[in-house]
Amino acid sequence: MTKRDLIEEVAQQYPRFSRRDAEVIVNAVFDSMTDALAKGERIEIRGFGSFIVKQRPSREGRNPRTGTVVSVAAKKVPLFKVGKELRLRVDDQPTDAEGLAVEDETADDEDETEEDASMRRGVSG
Amino acid sequence: MTKADIVERIYEKVGFSKKEATDVVESIFEIIKAHLERGEKIKISGFGNFVLNTKRPRKGRNPQTGEEIVISGRRVLSFKPSPVLKKAINPL
Repeated sequence: MTKRDLIEEVAQQYPRFSRRDAEVIVNAVFDSMTDALAKGERIEIRGFGSFIVKQRPSREGRNPRTGTVVSVAAKKVPLFKVGKELRLRVDDQPTDAEGLAVEDETADDEDETEEDASMRRGVSG
Repeated sequence: MTKADIVERIYEKVGFSKKEATDVVESIFEIIKAHLERGEKIKISGFGNFVLNTKRPRKGRNPQTGEEIVISGRRVLSFKPSPVLKKAINPL
């Protein structure tokens, strides 16, 4: 599915919106997410997942063709972590809370921030 | 940023009611989820692609007990940011 297909489906689902409206709305969703990430903000979409921006330090890399050492500048990368509901849905698992407690080795919570996660690791490890 | 902030932005930009803006944002994510569930890849130009990968079963270990276990095969979702998004995050 492409963004165009998504716009089409939104337009079909909301007959009161024109196709142009649907396009403006879909673009506004992803533009606002891009702006938030550009500001280094974390995005959390319940039932879908969360996006964070992580800093990567500069490092020495190699030109794979020539083998020469090149320095790769520090940069920020956007990372996506799939939410529990969607993770189970794409894996064909039941989405009810009962079924997941047993197999869920990560025991993550969508509310969990990076800080929470490192604290938890600190406590249990 | 949460869904509510996205709704706010739509509301300001398009001028529908808050209720309508909330519904449509909810629908957009639900449409994406439904397609991913069916095994489809989602390509949002200018933002990124959501792709599904199939993992084979593999051996792992319970880090607490050291016990060897089989991690079942599964389908996982990953996000590949578009060059446009990467640039927006790393302005020159």
